[in-house]
Amino acid sequence: MNNMEIMAEVLQVRTMEEFMAQGIQPEILFWVGSAGSYDDRAKKISRAFVKILNRAKVDFAVLGPEESCTGDVAKRAGNEFLFQMQAMMNIEVLNGYEIKRIVTCDPHSFNTLKNEYPSLGGSYDVVHHTQYIKELIDAKRLTLEGQVYKEKRITFHDPCYLGRANSVYDAPRDIIKKTNANIVEMKRHKKTALCCGAGGAQMFKEPEKGDMDINILRTKDALETNPNIIATGCPYCNTMMTDGIKAHEKEDTIQVLDVAELIANSL
Amino acid sequence: MSMTSYIPNIVFAILLSLGIGYFVKNVKKLTRNIKLGRDVDVSDNKPQRWKNMARIALGQTKMVVRPIAGIMHIIVYVGFVIINIEVLEIIIDGILGTHRVFAPLGSIYDFLIGSFEILAFLVVVAVVVFWVRRNTIRLKRFFKPEMEGWPKKDGNLILYIELVLMGLFLTMNAADFQLQQLDAPHYVKAGAFPISQYIALLFQGLSIPTLILVERVAWWLHIVGILAFLNYLYYSKHLHILLAFPNTYYGKLKPQGAFSNVQSVTNEVKLMMDPSADPFAAPAEDDSAEPEKFGASDVMDLNWVQLLNAYTCTECGRCTSECPANQTGKKLSPRKIMMDTRDRLEEVGKNIDANKGKFVPDGKQLLDNYITKEELWACTTCNACVQACPISIDPLSIIVEMRRFLVMEQSAAPMELNNMMSNIENNGAPWPYNQMDRLNWVNE
Repeated sequence: MNNMEIMAEVLQVRTMEEFMAQGIQPEILFWVGSAGSYDDRAKKISRAFVKILNRAKVDFAVLGPEESCTGDVAKRAGNEFLFQMQAMMNIEVLNGYEIKRIVTCDPHSFNTLKNEYPSLGGSYDVVHHTQYIKELIDAKRLTLEGQVYKEKRITFHDPCYLGRANSVYDAPRDIIKKTNANIVEMKRHKKTALCCGAGGAQMFKEPEKGDMDINILRTKDALETNPNIIATGCPYCNTMMTDGIKAHEKEDTIQVLDVAELIANSL
Repeated sequence: MSMTSYIPNIVFAILLSLGIGYFVKNVKKLTRNIKLGRDVDVSDNKPQRWKNMARIALGQTKMVVRPIAGIMHIIVYVGFVIINIEVLEIIIDGILGTHRVFAPLGSIYDFLIGSFEILAFLVVVAVVVFWVRRNTIRLKRFFKPEMEGWPKKDGNLILYIELVLMGLFLTMNAADFQLQQLDAPHYVKAGAFPISQYIALLFQGLSIPTLILVERVAWWLHIVGILAFLNYLYYSKHLHILLAFPNTYYGKLKPQGAFSNVQSVTNEVKLMMDPSADPFAAPAEDDSAEPEKFGASDVMDLNWVQLLNAYTCTECGRCTSECPANQTGKKLSPRKIMMDTRDRLEEVGKNIDANKGKFVPDGKQLLDNYITKEELWACTTCNACVQACPISIDPLSIIVEMRRFLVMEQSAAPMELNNMMSNIENNGAPWPYNQMDRLNWVNE
């Protein structure tokens, strides 16, 4: 199956407001994030993840128009005011709905919700989508057909805010293995993985003067593994690596996919 | 015994108290400078903190991430700690006028001295390897712009001092061994000399008085050298041999991705969002108190753990060599952030010394005079520098604190970031899209 088919599938998505109206609680809240909501590439990742949730019959909700930027990027840029304003508004909404558990495809939202909201009054059990998918597979709520990526060489680029920032290294690799692909590791991976170049608000500005862009260097690391696919677990990494393979003129032979897409295509 | 025979003991006692006294003075200055930083609560989770110190500082677990440097470092470190047992004997001998006061320990003593010698030899080997790495192989991380001048000299000087100290220790033992062979009076037969017995071959044929002269000169230079080295620490990156311990204790416990939330901002934001708050009410706090500055433009705006970090940095450059910005030719070097912070803190400290204990504004600050905006904005906050540091230094927290000053006090973010932030303010996303369209992706 390819991305076109994911897009063709009708997705079942309900908002917290709808759950509230029926007086019920979802199993989990899917925090879509700004990239997942508006960025054309990241929207496909959101759709792939929802396809997985639908297939596993997960009773999940989204906030829809009630969701707002977590403030992560403002915080990294140094705008603590804006961050805390965003955080307090989101916490008001999340606490109002008595949210207990949150899943997100964005490691930046994951990190902020998990680590920086609690001291502002918002404590939730926050998981990254790769962790949640692993849970679904382990609980046998999700079975993979395991043919599409069989024997394919996949290298996983660790997003900084998932890996170093929160020590989640195994979940994405464990579920990639379930597709029967071969994981080929870059020289620097896990704790020593090189950043894609988008973190710390760099996504939204031109880089400072230097002799190379960071994503070009990181894509070079990935290309050294001679992969069929570069997998990521972050919408920003995805953009950077996609631009990177274009710069290396490899976009015809190598795909950059989110782990959720690998799984959605393997159902 | 005549009075004159006590002269060496007295000279020794004076040298020892001068050496230790001056060191204590420097430690006091160091503590005062570190306390110039803002307060930060690090009283939590003591068991974990002790564990981190034992694992990272005592156990050197993060050093061996780079195996060659790591193993060589462990040799020098273990050598340093263990050979210091010998210094204890030297001090007692020096004060009491005894010779090898621990000799009655017998075979244990032989074992100890033997081990010290082997360690001393290994230290010499490691120091030579370190020197070659710094000067012949010219490892890239030792040749970044911030290493020019004193830092490079400092790095080599430490190696030379260690080489000389080990050399003196082995020479002293070699002469002693030779004197023992010659049944010289006062030179009790004690110790094992697996290394210095070979140096002793050079001393064959020397008379007892000449050998005593060699032994005494080496003994005195060795202990004076150690006291001098102790006092060199304050001026050197070598301070890490002491500060690595408190630094790993006070190091960050939270996941690396968790940045601090600024409490003063929380207070203001809560007030803004509280519908019952009276915006025109007079501030409850003492009016004379200056409102807290947001972020950091100078060292006094950083917290004291960050200042401790700066003094602890040993300029190894592992942070910089892992930094994605530095690897791609940007000006940012996390090591430079730490070195600049220490240099500025020293400057502030000297200012305080010169002005009777009070800091007199000198028209300089950490921002711009030391660390430029260009460096600060090149950071991706990826935590590679924090991960790479073998002794739990957090350059990223200083970068973020300085960005906070730029953005919240000066509105001096790059224009693209200002656009991004006004998008968040206006429509809850870093891009200019309507918040009501947040769910459009479902049906696209």
